[in-house]
Amino acid sequence: MNWPVLSVVTFLPLLGALLIMLMVRGNGPLAKGTARWISMWTTLVTFAVSLVMVYRFDATSAEFQFSEKYDWLGVSSYHMGVDGISLPFVILTTALMPICILASWTSIQKRVKEYMIAFLVLETLMIGTFSALDLVLFYLFFEGGLIPMFLIIGIWGGQRRVYASFKFFLYTLAGSVLMLLAIMAMYWQAGTTDIPTLLRYNFPAGMQTWCWLAFFASFAVKMPMWPVHTWLPDAHVEAPTAGSVVLAAILLKMGGYGFLRFSLPMFPLASLDFTPLVYTMSVVAIIYTSLVALMQEDVKKLIAYSSVAHMGFVTMGIFAANQQGVAGAVFQMISHGIVSGALFLCVGVVYDRMHTREIKFYGGVVTRMPIFAAIFMVFTMANVGLPGTSGFVGEFLTLIGTFKANIPVASLATLGVILSAAYALWLYRKMVYGTLKPALEGIKDIGLREAVIFTPLVILTILFGVAPKPVLDMSAASVTQLLDGYNKAIATKTAATTSNPVSVAR
Amino acid sequence: MYQAIVFLPLLGAILAGLIALFGARARFPGEAPPAGDDGSQPAQAHAHAAHDHGHDHAAHGHDDHGHGPVEPAASGSRLVELITTTLLAVSMILSWIALAQVGFGGQDIRVPIFDWIVSGDLKIAWALRIDTLTAVMLVVVNSVSCVVHLYSIGYMHEDPYRPRFFGYLSLFTFAMLMLVTSDNLVQMFFGWEGVGLASYLLIGFWYQKPSANAAAIKAFVVNRVGDFGFALGIFALFAMTGAVDFDTVFAQAPALTGKSIDFFGWHADALTLICLLLFMGAMGKSAQFLLHTWLPDAMEGPTPVSALIHAATMVTAGVFMVARLSPLFELAPNAQTFVTFIGATTAIFAATIGLVQNDIKRIVAYSTCSQLGYMFVAMGCGAYSVGMYHLFTHAFFKALLFLGSGSVIHAMHHEQDIRNMGGLKDRIPFTYIVMIIGTLALTGFPLTAGYFSKDAIIEAAFVGKNPMALYAFVCTVAAALLTSFYSWRLIFKTFHGAPHDVKHWKEAHESPMVMLIPLGFLAIGSVLAGLPFKDVFAGHGVEHFFRESLTFAKTNTVLDDLHHVPLHIALLPTVMMVIGFVIAWHFYIRRPDIPVELARQHDFLYRFLLNKWYFDELYEIIFVRPAKWIGHQLWKKGDGWLIDGFGPDGVSARVLDVTRNVVRLQSGYLYHYAFAMLIGAAAFITWFMFSAGIH
Repeated sequence: MNWPVLSVVTFLPLLGALLIMLMVRGNGPLAKGTARWISMWTTLVTFAVSLVMVYRFDATSAEFQFSEKYDWLGVSSYHMGVDGISLPFVILTTALMPICILASWTSIQKRVKEYMIAFLVLETLMIGTFSALDLVLFYLFFEGGLIPMFLIIGIWGGQRRVYASFKFFLYTLAGSVLMLLAIMAMYWQAGTTDIPTLLRYNFPAGMQTWCWLAFFASFAVKMPMWPVHTWLPDAHVEAPTAGSVVLAAILLKMGGYGFLRFSLPMFPLASLDFTPLVYTMSVVAIIYTSLVALMQEDVKKLIAYSSVAHMGFVTMGIFAANQQGVAGAVFQMISHGIVSGALFLCVGVVYDRMHTREIKFYGGVVTRMPIFAAIFMVFTMANVGLPGTSGFVGEFLTLIGTFKANIPVASLATLGVILSAAYALWLYRKMVYGTLKPALEGIKDIGLREAVIFTPLVILTILFGVAPKPVLDMSAASVTQLLDGYNKAIATKTAATTSNPVSVAR
Repeated sequence: MYQAIVFLPLLGAILAGLIALFGARARFPGEAPPAGDDGSQPAQAHAHAAHDHGHDHAAHGHDDHGHGPVEPAASGSRLVELITTTLLAVSMILSWIALAQVGFGGQDIRVPIFDWIVSGDLKIAWALRIDTLTAVMLVVVNSVSCVVHLYSIGYMHEDPYRPRFFGYLSLFTFAMLMLVTSDNLVQMFFGWEGVGLASYLLIGFWYQKPSANAAAIKAFVVNRVGDFGFALGIFALFAMTGAVDFDTVFAQAPALTGKSIDFFGWHADALTLICLLLFMGAMGKSAQFLLHTWLPDAMEGPTPVSALIHAATMVTAGVFMVARLSPLFELAPNAQTFVTFIGATTAIFAATIGLVQNDIKRIVAYSTCSQLGYMFVAMGCGAYSVGMYHLFTHAFFKALLFLGSGSVIHAMHHEQDIRNMGGLKDRIPFTYIVMIIGTLALTGFPLTAGYFSKDAIIEAAFVGKNPMALYAFVCTVAAALLTSFYSWRLIFKTFHGAPHDVKHWKEAHESPMVMLIPLGFLAIGSVLAGLPFKDVFAGHGVEHFFRESLTFAKTNTVLDDLHHVPLHIALLPTVMMVIGFVIAWHFYIRRPDIPVELARQHDFLYRFLLNKWYFDELYEIIFVRPAKWIGHQLWKKGDGWLIDGFGPDGVSARVLDVTRNVVRLQSGYLYHYAFAMLIGAAAFITWFMFSAGIH
């Protein structure tokens, strides 16, 4: 049985989009229903097929698996494959998409057909980003993802959607242009755009610096890292619920994935040189955005800022460049994908009912929506990083890894655990506890559709908190290989340039 | 058996949680599936909301707890009470068996469950470590938890959300059991934060009260400050030893002496730093000086919660932690000195505040704080088993005092101010008697439980070798006097004298049997937990009883020296207790005008104590307000003005400016263009001439 499972997973959603395009006409009830059900089934089947990959994946090997390679475009090739670092993201994407479709079931009534098409195309592009093994292909997927997201915010967004979508687009595009230049430079230098080949290629030190910076510009915006994070709160606030979920859960992870796939292994020397920069930006992000989150008046903004803080742990862990730090970063990204996605879904629940995101508007929701309150509590605690939830494992591993590499950075970052408790619990108190606001008298607890959305997320959050082993095992071998290469490159450099025995490697 | 002890409460919590959720579901059915996909979405949703309003009307009137008429109890309340209490009772019985097997039978055991976090050389497993130290804690936690469950059936019987309450209580018990049975620091951290969560939920149980919500958040966040240190301690320990499980860490600890860690430019002795960081966690959890502010506020929660969490179990987690880590602390004398200092300071500091408080629960809360200080003094002096002894006895009499206070509050219809009480001894005699027993034990009346453990601590401070031992001795002796005074003040003002609130006094009634049985059980414990266990905690049986679970360095002779203190030192605490009693009696029975006069004369001192040394106000100024101010500035000025202003918004604004001006150039007048051409030509020629000239 040797069918191209990865390509099937990648392009199934596109097929679904085509199907919708062909079968659905207009925006009548029937058309809407058809569009919804087609996309629902498409994403579910995609998820099922992606589970085949989990089943057949060999976690002991660090090599790329499910590889497919065909000549294409002359300079580049259609080369796909996943290893332990990218597979978790692929699964995260396929798992969250049905949830996104379900979350948009009733809240999206305008241009349903186009909306579903945009989401399905986006899914293909996201999976492609994580599994492309050719720079040009990667760039196409990576940049292509911008377009549907831009449309989702710009068409189905809130009041300031045009401002937000342009801000989002310009920020990310500015970073990507530089990345394109670096990709071209790498092609001239190495003569190929094949990622596995490039991973073994030793770029000269001077070039590493420039390429690293160019890639960094793109990934830092995507993460987003402080100080290029300001597009995120606006984009989140204006995006429809499912758009926020995809943005927080998956699109942000492309930055972290990029660091792991390109920056660290291809430009190890530059990575080492720029580590202090990344540390600084990460720590500032954690403390700065946590403090800002403390003062927010808009629920979605608060969660968006807390996302930036959590991504700070990821970048810090990646550049700690040790097993715990990097494995923790991967885990933190997966966990954050689940938790922040779920938090945005929680906001979506009350937004669908009351059509406001203002924290002040809510209060005492628990007296009307006890089940919702319980679910929201689980994710609030996961966001706070309570042990036993998935949020803890990622935070703990990145911090313990960073502590080995740099004590002050880890210590300052740990301050984030105090601040995250403050803003998350404050939000929970304002919205859920207290006496019921009169305007909320008629609010209803979650229905069956919403229960179906949240159940898997609650289970995963707690399961990965108590037994995170499946995810950690999946990525362990690849992370080890990545770090071996990284350390070897640095050791070689140190040995070559310094004749004295003082080591600068950490 | 050990799995049963730990996981039965979890089972109870899950069942209770499910029943609570289904009950809530039945009361507030969720949104019905939309009838069809018709029409514009906002209008539909609004219609929905309006529609719902009508629907819900019947259920309405009784929703606002505390304002309107009482809500009907959630369905399944009785079932939940039975399930959780029974499971806890089983756990308790098994715990006593465990203590017999492990403590006296010497069968230490480690029960592996499964791997938790494995990454590189970091290996963390879920496992239960059962040794004497753990067994003692199992008994304390499960016994108190069981009687508190039972008591709550009576105390909470008017509350409509009992399933949720019992679920939380059992969840707390589970987390606490995970903490005490932990085999590694990270699992301990799991339990540590788990009890924090349960405490947060229980303090904020009456979520309609803003003060309860504020107290809950405060408790969680202040504990997080401590946990910040705890986490860093774990990180440092891992960085130094490459492990977080106790066996490996303890085995490697002696090799760490003399090593140092560069911590923000401070070349700290590795073990001292690690112990200090870990102790910071203990300070938060055990409400020690500087991180104590959350404990009094935590009294916003229901009284059984205060008895279980904020007296007997959770707050003693810090003490347990130091005992568990005794192999590390024995190697870090400077850290021990610090522990002694903090413990002694807390003992006296909290006692001074307790003198003037008027809320019955807050007096007991400050008393708890102070007694925890005693335990840390013992820990700091290296008398770990003595500290555990006080933890053990204190659990009984302090839970008794809290539940007794609860019985008083219950009788007085939720009145908590002792100034409005008085004369209650005739109305609720059983409660009066058990409160007297609890007070006797707390103040160290001879032959009660507190007498043995507390005196042992004071003696340990006397013979202790570290630089702070003398300070600790003075503080604990003085605190003994204050303890006696404020405890008897509470008794006298509550139970003696003339009733201040005659209406409530007349209506006061003794609590139901289900509340009195726990009180009786704890009263017996308050008397009997002392003498029978003296030998194994503070006598010659320590080594045989605790074996490897506590480590005493070779130079640590505190436990032997205890038996050789001079008689006048041994009698000192008892003398202090008597003096405190006499003063209290004089002040509140014989001459009730004296305290009023005293407060008036020393107005500043009185208010300083009444306002708890102004710690809340101080922290508000130092931490809370600046954090909010900085957050606001960073948001508006940092993100809004600086980053967006010079970033995307600025750039787009500049682009607009430029285009606007460029547009203005295209005026359409020929002479404008001609003039521009002329200027251009002139500039070009000028440039050409100058550059030619240079050549």
